[in-house]
Amino acid sequence: MDLALSEEQELIRETFAGFFSNESSLELVRECEPLGFSADLWKKFAETGALGMGVPESLGGGGTGLIEMALVAEECGRQLAPVPFVESAVAARLLARLEAPDALEAALEDAAPLALALRLVDDSPGQRIPAGAVAGSVLALRGGALVRVSRPPGWEPDCPKNHGSAPIASWPLAEAPGEVLAEGERARAEFDTAVEEWKLLTAAALVGLGRESVRLGAEYAKGREQFGAPIGSYQGIAHPLADCATAVDGAQLLVWEAVWAREDEPERAPALASMAFAFAAESAARAATVSLHTHGGYGFSLEYDVQLYFRRARAWPLVWDDPRRELQRLADRLYGPSRS
Amino acid sequence: MDFRLTPEAQEFYDEVCAFFDEHLDAETIAREERTGDGFDRAFHEALAERGWVAADWPKKFGGQERDAHEMYVLDQEFLRRGCPRNTSVTTGLVGNTLRVVGTERQKRELLPGIASGRIVISLGYSEPQAGSDVAAAQTRARREGDHWRIDGQKMFTTGAHLTDYIFLLARSDASGGKRDGLTMFLVPTDSEGFEAQAVPTLGGERTNLSFYSGVRVPDWLRVGEVDGGWDVMKVALSLEQGVGFSGSAETLHRRALEWAERAGRLDDPLVRERLARTALNAEVGKLLEQRAVWMTAEGRPMRAEGPMCKLFTSEALIEDAGSLLDMLGPDALESGGGPTSPAAAAVEFFQRYAQGTAIYAGTSEIMRSLIAEQGLGLPRSRSG
Ligand SMILES: Cc1cc2nc3c(=O)[nH]c(=O)nc-3n(C[C@H](O)[C@H](O)[C@H](O)COP(=O)(O)OP(=O)(O)OC[C@H]3O[C@@H](n4cnc5c(N)ncnc54)[C@H](O)[C@@H]3O)c2cc1C
Repeated sequence: MDLALSEEQELIRETFAGFFSNESSLELVRECEPLGFSADLWKKFAETGALGMGVPESLGGGGTGLIEMALVAEECGRQLAPVPFVESAVAARLLARLEAPDALEAALEDAAPLALALRLVDDSPGQRIPAGAVAGSVLALRGGALVRVSRPPGWEPDCPKNHGSAPIASWPLAEAPGEVLAEGERARAEFDTAVEEWKLLTAAALVGLGRESVRLGAEYAKGREQFGAPIGSYQGIAHPLADCATAVDGAQLLVWEAVWAREDEPERAPALASMAFAFAAESAARAATVSLHTHGGYGFSLEYDVQLYFRRARAWPLVWDDPRRELQRLADRLYGPSRS
Repeated sequence: MDFRLTPEAQEFYDEVCAFFDEHLDAETIAREERTGDGFDRAFHEALAERGWVAADWPKKFGGQERDAHEMYVLDQEFLRRGCPRNTSVTTGLVGNTLRVVGTERQKRELLPGIASGRIVISLGYSEPQAGSDVAAAQTRARREGDHWRIDGQKMFTTGAHLTDYIFLLARSDASGGKRDGLTMFLVPTDSEGFEAQAVPTLGGERTNLSFYSGVRVPDWLRVGEVDGGWDVMKVALSLEQGVGFSGSAETLHRRALEWAERAGRLDDPLVRERLARTALNAEVGKLLEQRAVWMTAEGRPMRAEGPMCKLFTSEALIEDAGSLLDMLGPDALESGGGPTSPAAAAVEFFQRYAQGTAIYAGTSEIMRSLIAEQGLGLPRSRSG
């Protein structure tokens, strides 16, 4: 066991912690509601090269692994940055794996984000696509083929407002023309990999969200006094925060392990990914709930920032599914599919 | 970043497994289940023979200079296999404390005995009136020339009916503050005036009340300064940091899965979800423990990482053992016979055993307070 980040990894983490702290203030996050997207921030973010960071250097990317991307996703989540980093970066990697250099180049140069439809188009033609509201193109598995569907000129997606300000939208995926990138088993395998990566990076973002929720709660508990003492000196306040801090640390370790296992212990990787997603979702939701309650009535008011975290904590994983269903998927991965 | 065991720990793990296969027989486990002694002399001596009672110590004290990763592997196997363990743990803890604060004579006369398995030691901190608030101990120590006279009573002195010494927290001066007048001793259990009385527990472990009436202890067995016992306790308590029970969680999961397979229930969605949850929690617990191990091995300063292991693994074990007992349905009550009964009995055992893990070595409330203070910077909530 060695949990040390390499110098390069530390640098990436620090760089993006700084970037999001400076560029993605919570005022900006508020201004971008309800859509949950800042075109301005996206432009600055794209200039850092983060969008293609996980793409091989030979294809014009940054050549990092998924773990570095998880560090960025965590910082993104910590500051609730209104940019679809996870979706775009995962889709860019998919294009790279599919050896679709033209599509990739266009995507990396294009100003608009990329998105990935997480479910099969045949089963869910009207699915809400994460980042679909702001994406320039969507990658989807349709009729056994991986296709890239570009946003039709002049067409505006239907974007449901939602409590998490997640820029989701439905696209006419079933009928829109699409460029076929891969077919058959390969298409399916690469699609599955992309969905796994999306889940892992979303889990990383939830770790950031959860950690910042705990921090906000702890800071408030140090400053707020009632009955002549800081409320943080009351165990009814301190102990739930300690539970959340523990769970968020556990979630971070689990995400890292799940990412690491993809290369180094592939036989355990699927189960670990499901564990990471379910546990990060749960831990973030609990942290945001506890932190809100720590703030008393002020946490319930819209003025305090904790509500921004609270609303997103459950929304982000729900773009995929009920976290408890991920536990059922975990069981399939651990014990084999149920025969009933 | 690497989540594998270090190569040395991996190699050691294989040796440890072979050792347990050879020396931990069904009879030893059955005896432990019957007596709850938490100690098996033959096994302990075999362990000492391999040099593993104090495997982390310098060679001059009978150790093998194994690092934290290797020590974790060994301890984890004790838990996974349900091997008698308590006294090995307490003895190691006292030995390590002596290495930090002991006199030359104590090190010379006691450490080799510990490493060779001849000397085993219990912890005598808790008292009837002083548990979590351990510094409130009232057992008296009075100086009488080159000896001390100990009078009082300790509670939960696990192993005291079998061990050679009690590592005792006593009050040498009652006039000052709670933490000021404490002194620590190694009390030989063959002293006149010492007595241990069994306290059976829900988890089957035997612990003890221990009594001290006019027990005479030579001054050379005083550990640390006179009235400086709290400094010694700080060392001893810090060595307990990072304990966890993920090894037990793994075994709980394995036995419950065995029940589901034998009972033909592995297709039941409720059963699957309960099992998967336990596997998840065991993994999180293991990772938190491994992080603490890694930080220890690297000499990185720890803040809340130690208490997080204890808190998470014990609370999760309580939650999961309860959930898996419920999962068994009426099978949970099947005490003897039937194809699912050994696995069901194991789950039922864990549901009792788990409760203790959130109590000894610092309760969950104490762990939460430590995390809040050291990890989140919140004010202290315990007065005095
Ligand atoms: C099986 C077993 C083996 C043990 N072995 C040993 C041993 O070998 N040597 C030894 O010295 N001791 C041993 N102990 C004792 C153990 O360390 C104590 O039981 C433990 O520290 C709690 O003390 P207590 O039982 O007096 O409970 P108390 O301290 O009275 O606590 C009762 C409850 O109040 C809570 N509480 C107490 N103070 C606070 C606070 N400030 N804030 C919030 N909640 C609080 C506790 O968390 C607990 O839930 C053992 C205990 C058990 C059960």
